[in-house]
Amino acid sequence: MGFPHPSHRQETPLLTRHFGEAEARTLDGWKKRGGYQALEKVLAMTPGEIVDIVKESGLRGRGGAGFPTGLKWSFMKPGDGKPHYLCCNADESEPGTFKDREVMRWTPHALVEGCAIAAYAIGAETTYIYIRGEFTEPLLRMERAVREAYDAGILGANAMGTGKRIDIYVHRGAGAYICGEETALMESLEGRRGNPRIKPPFPAVSGVFGQPTTINNVETLAAVPEILMKGAAWYKAMSLSNPKSTGTKLYSVCGNIRRPGTYEVVMGFPFKDFLHDVCGGALDGRKLKAVIPGGASVPIQTMEEAEATLMDYEGFAAQGSMLGSGGVIVIDDAQSMVAVIARLTRFFAHESCGQCTQCREGTAWTTKIVERIRDGHGTMEDLDTLVEIGENMTGTTICVLSDSCAVPVISGITKFRSEFESLIHGKRVHSVLTAVA
Amino acid sequence: MTKPSVGGLESPDLSSHDATAHESAPHVPVFAGAAREELDQLLTRYPTKMAALLPALWIVQRERGWVSEDSMAEVSDLLDLTPAYVKGVVTFYTMYHQHPVGKYFIQVCTTSPCGICGAEEVVKSLLRHTGTGDLGLTSRDGKFTVIEVECLGACGFATPVMINEEFIESVTPEKVPGILEDLA
Ligand SMILES: Cc1cc2nc3c(=O)[nH]c(=O)nc-3n(C[C@H](O)[C@H](O)[C@H](O)COP(=O)(O)O)c2cc1C
Ligand code: SF4
Ligand code: FES
Repeated sequence: MGFPHPSHRQETPLLTRHFGEAEARTLDGWKKRGGYQALEKVLAMTPGEIVDIVKESGLRGRGGAGFPTGLKWSFMKPGDGKPHYLCCNADESEPGTFKDREVMRWTPHALVEGCAIAAYAIGAETTYIYIRGEFTEPLLRMERAVREAYDAGILGANAMGTGKRIDIYVHRGAGAYICGEETALMESLEGRRGNPRIKPPFPAVSGVFGQPTTINNVETLAAVPEILMKGAAWYKAMSLSNPKSTGTKLYSVCGNIRRPGTYEVVMGFPFKDFLHDVCGGALDGRKLKAVIPGGASVPIQTMEEAEATLMDYEGFAAQGSMLGSGGVIVIDDAQSMVAVIARLTRFFAHESCGQCTQCREGTAWTTKIVERIRDGHGTMEDLDTLVEIGENMTGTTICVLSDSCAVPVISGITKFRSEFESLIHGKRVHSVLTAVA
Repeated sequence: MTKPSVGGLESPDLSSHDATAHESAPHVPVFAGAAREELDQLLTRYPTKMAALLPALWIVQRERGWVSEDSMAEVSDLLDLTPAYVKGVVTFYTMYHQHPVGKYFIQVCTTSPCGICGAEEVVKSLLRHTGTGDLGLTSRDGKFTVIEVECLGACGFATPVMINEEFIESVTPEKVPGILEDLA
């Protein structure tokens, strides 16, 4: 699939506007497109004023949880004499999600500028952009952009001639999904195994190196310069649905769909039009069966639910799922839901850090049982056992990876029970036949 | 399904690996000259020495192709850590090689989004054309190692394959021979 695709007329390209333009990757090219004007503007403002604008804009975290960004920033107390840190979460490893990768590949300076603005707003002298180890091209693009920004005096001890210090460093991860969890990312950054920490304390009180820290997703930070340039009211007005979900959202679309890729639509866009029109719908001769709309950790939607969804935080929740990371996995009628779910639970079992018993054991047993059903050796009792294990894995652990593993299983058994049952009964019929023979 | 090895629940097949993971010749320090300067520069970025551990291990792997016990000991000395601590960190992450691997280290994503687009067939094609025989093994000529990995963050370009530091998108079983030829 050629990429980036030209914008679809129903998209609202804000972050994706310059995808595909090689020149936009350079500092000069970025400045020609209005880059670093927002940073210049905010450096003349007080940090409090910036936080208020971001609060007012309604921007919410794009990493999965949807926490209001301005509110998160307001937990930081610049000037309390401690070192403060900003972490940019570029660990993007949630199956189905590849939007941050495109932001870093095509518009690295948008992220540098967003980080610099956020760092100034929360009083952080140092920012770490933590990029997953496999992202070799994004790493290269970000390192180049950061170097260009230092060379031009945008970053460093005297950022843009204001006498303020803004340092940004790119840090490479080494292969571990769990390091996308915010406290695991901090552990990893400190040079440790990526084991999530018990909260509280929250990062704003004690984050990386034990100091007040804010952590934000790539897409969240990349949206910040536009908001500061054009104002909170402008951003807030971008919503077709409700005032709690504002702006545009990137969706990375994959699986059994005609035009996979990264798309940007305004909050509240109808999911039905998005799937069938913007992304081109099903492949020839196939029919869409299910969608996992927000990365592997969110509940599976039936097509009925998906087609009734307005794409925003509340809209996905109202139709039995979550917006999550915006990683849309489309599944068609040629796939076995049980096989899809089995491979997802295997993912979680592989990625569990192993600290919590419910997660370490639960992900492994869930995988064994779902695979057993997939392979035709399951029983009806297995379905009850899976739900029971899933309930035991939910809300009981240090982080939500454990819950995430239970999500596809429970939503799958609830919404696609007949596929599990026919595999189970298929086996019984088979055994009766062999017994007769 | 292909036998799950790396990326699965069962432990990978280690039969082809040197069990001790020590170097065959006496250890020549990695951190001398330019690499040492690079590390010194890295240390200025963090308030603790320990934070330079992941970057230091990346330098080791870049210079030597893998992270041996001897290199871990060297890193632990430089960063005031114990070798056991460093090993604990190395083993947590999937990207540090604790054994020598083929000249071309090939990672294929088989997580569900790629799985439903035919990743298993790509794996089979790679195993056949590299002659490695099975996941995690290195071909007789030392050229190739193929492993299955979890989501590479490029799911819209199924099936993504990483060869060393290079990312190749939208690989199909038919494209595999051409991709391998280009390496030679
Ligand atoms: C297991 C797990 C994996 C996560 N992976 C990511 C990730 O790859 N990228 C990301 O931005 N957030 C990830 N998150 C969410 C982060 O913990 C955190 O909420 C987010 O980075 C905050 O940024 P935001 O407020 O801008 O969304 C993950 C959470 C969990 C529990
Ligand atoms: S829930 Fe799983 S991944 Fe999260 S801390 Fe516990 S064991 Fe680790
Ligand atoms: S699932 Fe294969 S790259 Fe994401």
